[in-house]
Amino acid sequence: MLRLLNIEFHKLKHNRASRVLTIIYFALLTSIALIAAIKFDVGVIKFHLADQGIFNFPYIWHFNTYMASIFKFFLLLVIVSMMANEYSNKTLKQNLIDGLSKKEFILSKFYTVIVFAAISTFFVFVVSMILGLIYSDFNELSIIFSDLGYLLAFFIKLTAFFSFGLFMGILVKRSAFAVGGILVWFFIENIFKGFLYWKFNSDKFASNDTVSSDSLSSIGVNDIMQFFPLESMANLIKQPFTKLNAIQTAGKQLGQDFAFDVSVHWYQIAIATVWIFIFIYASYALLKKRDL
Amino acid sequence: METILSLRNLDKKFGSVHAVNNLSFDIEKGNVYGILGPNGSGKSTTLGIILNVVNKTSGEFSWFDGNISTHEALKKVGAIIERPNFYPYMTAVQNLKLICKIKGVSYDKIDEKLKVVNLFERRDSKFKTYSLGMKQRLAIASALLNDPEILILDEPTNGLDPQGIHEIRKIIKDIASNGTTILLASHLLDEVEKVCSHVVVIRNGVKLYSGAVDGITATNGYFELNTESDSEKLKELLVKHPAIANVKEEEGKFIASLENELSASEINTYLFKNGITLSHLVKRMPSLEQQFLTLTNNN
Repeated sequence: MLRLLNIEFHKLKHNRASRVLTIIYFALLTSIALIAAIKFDVGVIKFHLADQGIFNFPYIWHFNTYMASIFKFFLLLVIVSMMANEYSNKTLKQNLIDGLSKKEFILSKFYTVIVFAAISTFFVFVVSMILGLIYSDFNELSIIFSDLGYLLAFFIKLTAFFSFGLFMGILVKRSAFAVGGILVWFFIENIFKGFLYWKFNSDKFASNDTVSSDSLSSIGVNDIMQFFPLESMANLIKQPFTKLNAIQTAGKQLGQDFAFDVSVHWYQIAIATVWIFIFIYASYALLKKRDL
Repeated sequence: METILSLRNLDKKFGSVHAVNNLSFDIEKGNVYGILGPNGSGKSTTLGIILNVVNKTSGEFSWFDGNISTHEALKKVGAIIERPNFYPYMTAVQNLKLICKIKGVSYDKIDEKLKVVNLFERRDSKFKTYSLGMKQRLAIASALLNDPEILILDEPTNGLDPQGIHEIRKIIKDIASNGTTILLASHLLDEVEKVCSHVVVIRNGVKLYSGAVDGITATNGYFELNTESDSEKLKELLVKHPAIANVKEEEGKFIASLENELSASEINTYLFKNGITLSHLVKRMPSLEQQFLTLTNNN
């Protein structure tokens, strides 16, 4: 395993584009800390984001993992291009001839994905810990280490997303088209989601006339959508804003009750993990089947 | 004799194209093999299959008596195929280090092999700045890194200028003289004739000949003859001679292929006794090129 990682990092280390993107990515992860510096001082209105409770344990785990996962696109470019470039430089062929097996080739990429995801998770953990210790109102150990499930979710989310990138890189063989392919897939999922909402609404409409409501109407759109790859990744860490006290209060004043379920569920982790296996195995199967 | 590679009834179809058809041959240690064939005859596909980049449709091949898996075997093989493929953003040394990592050998040999192919001075230049000849030489250096048991070269002089061709050929000859087994695919016959001891001739994926180079060129040769007097009578006499297999007329000369050993003075005496004075008589041995063309055209 170390040998495979060593091989892959040798390829990445000497590639300027990958190096720059990776550095930008980790710089951005660290920059979450800068949110703490957001202050508005407009006359009487004083607004300091850090005082709004976003850095309170354990809420900070949720907030920071959510914010950090926005930056994953930078690393996606590195992952997709490290795969697609092997095709465009034909170095994949050379690697195989030099004695790397197809399985080792896929594994070397997958291990790299895992290492990137793990380092990101560790980064977010450290940054959040420091911010939390500075700004959090609660500093009891039991509170600090509650809700760490978000970190696991973050790790799985990144691994799944990058595995998707790897798979697209192998499937399309061109970095730009592979990233485009992921975008297209994102739209397909959303269009399908829209279609489901429309379909379910019209079904409900129809079932009002007949007395018996069939079993389908008891299934919500999200029950189906959660099995789609990108949706399953998005479900791992849902938006954290409605949990903020300020927003909850504002919502109550407006007569809106935000009762979203935003915690991490084991089955969502399971669904995303299954996708990781599907993507990696499909990449392997594709590579095995192809003549180079 | 130790068998390095053996192919048994190897078959590859690309859709309706039958690229490799029931191909079988063995590669023995210490010999220099040439795979000959016109463009598109299945040479590269065959090499692709044994190098793990093309999937076979059916048949078997085994490296080193089949004791180890293909990718493990490839670590003991040095191979370059068609065009040199390296990471363009890495220097020669960085590229070679990567190959060392894949093959699991130490970096010790890098400088030595770069010197063998005359790239030592340019070792820290990026691969993308290299000329085609330099790229090809780097490919040879990379194939030599592990001191391979067998070196596989697919069209190593393709697209090079005469000087480049000469340099590559010299390198190949040097390597061959060290006793390294070589498998060389080419459609350039003089190249094969100069360095190879054995040949496999394929066309449309079918094996036409496999054996020693001497075997393919070892016929009894042929005569070119002409006379200023009665050419009809000359032809008649030649056809009647028991040692002559057939007679053709070409560019105003008669070509008499021999079935058995026959010397120039013997045929001269025979014709003179029968009243023919020759104006032209040459005994020739066919070149590999002629034999190759005969093989690939007539079958």
